[in-house]
Amino acid sequence: MLVELQNISKTFGRVRANQDISLKFEGGHIYAILGENGAGKSTLMKIMSGYQSADRGQIVVDGQALDLKAPTDAIAHGIGMLYQDPLDFPPFTILENFIAGRPGGIFPDRAAARQQLAAITERFGFGLDPNRYVDTLTIGERQQLEIVRLLSLNVRVLVLDEPTTGISAEQKTILFNVLKALARDDRMAIILVSHKLEDVIELCDLAYVLRRGRFVGEKTVPCPISELVALMFGKVVERQNRPNVMCGDSVLTVEAVRIAAQRLTVENVSLRVCSSEVIGLAGLDGSGQGEFIRACAGLFPPQSGTIKLNGRSMTRASYHDFSQAGVAFLPAGRMEEGLIKGMTLTEHFALTQRSPRPWINWFEARQITAERIKNFNVKGRPGSPIQTLSGGNQQRFALSLLRQNLKVLLLEHPTRGLDVESANTIWEQLLKRREQGTAIIFISAELDEIVSYSDRILVFFGGRATMVDDPAEMTADRLGELIGGRE
Amino acid sequence: MFSGLESTLRGIIRSAAPIVIAGQGELITERAGVINLALDGTIMLSAMTAHVVARETGSLPQAILAAMLVGAAVVFVVVVSSIGLRLNQVAVGFVLTVLCADLAIFLGKPHFNRPGTEIPTMPIPLLEDIPFFGPVLFRHNLLIYFSLILTLLVWFYIYRTRPGLTLRSIGEQPEAAFVRGTPVNPLRYAYALLGGALVGLAGATYSLSVKLGWKEDLSGEGWIALAIVIFGLWVPSRVALGAYLIVGLRSIAIDLQDSDVIDLPAQIVNMLPWFLMILTLLFATSGALEKVVRFTPDRFKPAVRRFLRAAPPRALGTTFEKH
Repeated sequence: MLVELQNISKTFGRVRANQDISLKFEGGHIYAILGENGAGKSTLMKIMSGYQSADRGQIVVDGQALDLKAPTDAIAHGIGMLYQDPLDFPPFTILENFIAGRPGGIFPDRAAARQQLAAITERFGFGLDPNRYVDTLTIGERQQLEIVRLLSLNVRVLVLDEPTTGISAEQKTILFNVLKALARDDRMAIILVSHKLEDVIELCDLAYVLRRGRFVGEKTVPCPISELVALMFGKVVERQNRPNVMCGDSVLTVEAVRIAAQRLTVENVSLRVCSSEVIGLAGLDGSGQGEFIRACAGLFPPQSGTIKLNGRSMTRASYHDFSQAGVAFLPAGRMEEGLIKGMTLTEHFALTQRSPRPWINWFEARQITAERIKNFNVKGRPGSPIQTLSGGNQQRFALSLLRQNLKVLLLEHPTRGLDVESANTIWEQLLKRREQGTAIIFISAELDEIVSYSDRILVFFGGRATMVDDPAEMTADRLGELIGGRE
Repeated sequence: MFSGLESTLRGIIRSAAPIVIAGQGELITERAGVINLALDGTIMLSAMTAHVVARETGSLPQAILAAMLVGAAVVFVVVVSSIGLRLNQVAVGFVLTVLCADLAIFLGKPHFNRPGTEIPTMPIPLLEDIPFFGPVLFRHNLLIYFSLILTLLVWFYIYRTRPGLTLRSIGEQPEAAFVRGTPVNPLRYAYALLGGALVGLAGATYSLSVKLGWKEDLSGEGWIALAIVIFGLWVPSRVALGAYLIVGLRSIAIDLQDSDVIDLPAQIVNMLPWFLMILTLLFATSGALEKVVRFTPDRFKPAVRRFLRAAPPRALGTTFEKH
């Protein structure tokens, strides 16, 4: 079986999720679709499995172009997908989940379904009792149930979206063995969507790499991990010369913090930042940098270790205390965590103003907002609802809301989804703040952004961090190895 | 004619009939993921409609049909505005319930307190002669019989048939149902209308059987039915149990008041459904359930868990849209 994606493009509003992507998948092989969050992997696979429709391009199976209107059409042509969040019915039993969506008459043949379920689970050694309720299962077991269900529908191409997130090491071993057996013995095509390099290296034959919605290259696996990283993160550009701002006093001191998050523990990370310093946090998504930056903002209390601001202990302090002390945090989810959908720019500004009076001086608020809009080069009017602005303008406006003379500014993916022009204006503003003495710590998935703006780089892998003191000396290979976890 | 206990139980089955029918109807609607909050006004409007149509035409089937159409029409407004126009279901339902109640009072004014038409009692031959059970269960009219078997029908449909499984799936996780090839929104329309028609039937049961004729004191019954769906945690048997329990308590309280044994204000009894509802929700969501299961002998654990476990349909009140 040969599945071809031809020139697939898909846009969501202003975001180009997929741009002209063409890929080929053959039976008997295990493929990886590799890329950072937001690279367009999930969108592409949802298009291939009929969950979403492409704006342009087509899906061709064995020379025949398909018209997929719904996931069931894709399944009828042998393409099945395991979604990132299991799409099943938690209050139902395993058997009911297995039956739901199968063709048949008014009264389901439970005995036959039970037999079919047992036959497949036995082959792979899954311990799925048909009478158990799905809400008592682990994520790994729910995945097994979905795989069994798709196999029973005679799927020939199996897409798995980030299947190793949230499952135990043993379950991962079982899963990988099953996938290898399906490719080898049943000649199925297996497609693993992932941003985890170690999974790709362990399992796959061929990796297709996406970046910013485009197909950027393929590699036969096994290959040096740094080559995959180079494709995922882009080329490291020459570091531009920029005036070195003299580092002032140390503002933020983090000593040996340990942060226990849901899926990983950040261990023993220390960092001393002085004023006017820019620290880039690099690493694959979910390596601990997100937890670390939230701990620095007071959003995620560390289990042990200390955090000090200007010598004052802030280890157990709240987000509010941190922001009082001059720390600001801009999260990656601009519309989800940062700005309020439906509110105008003026209302956003009025919300940030502290005033002893209970009413709002709208005249003044509008005037100051208009001033900020001009100074920060935001394309929008004081009365525009925030969601009508483009991503770059939203980000510039979010920056304009932060007060001047911050001690520390924490940013998560400050330029994600923005074009080069917008990204540059964001950094102009950030560097202006740096000249005023603000220390900047930022997370980015773009290596060139990290290398060109950071004074020092902290590379995260699996919850541990390695400090790179002079980015100018850093080669792409070396950074790639650090990010990929090879010392 | 009947002994005391017989007539009390018989009365409970009669008076609980509309609440059972409305409760099961709302259960079907909510299992599909739609909240019809207009229950109270709908029951008043359909009760008034059934009464008026029965008087004007003299035809009971037409009266019942008209009431069911009214119920379906109200819920149709709810689904069109929520699925079609993306308005908030709760807000629309709330406005509609007030609107329907006022409409019923306004349109029903000329027919207020006129003698109502009653559905004839149809005793079931042979069965009616069984001592005790005969009078309690088998000397009723068709609507009451329907209320008695409806719970069984709904239970059978949603737990034993494939369409029933699909019904539960669209209210629980519409994305997953869609991936399995289910036309989510058309089915939501269909089940909401079915549920609404049953609510209309409940209204007809009031004016043609339980509280003959049209009076405004029907207000409040719909809210009780809504509360019982929550109290019953969206399970047909427990919804029926809740309805009989509430009506039973109410009738016992009235009997006690009449007999001057204790002086318990009727309002206290009327507050019971709400207390029970809050307690049930607390119980179902606080982890108390697992504690009960832990203390039961191993042999009964699965059975006890199956009886106690329940949760609101997860997609209740949300809209589903394909990307």
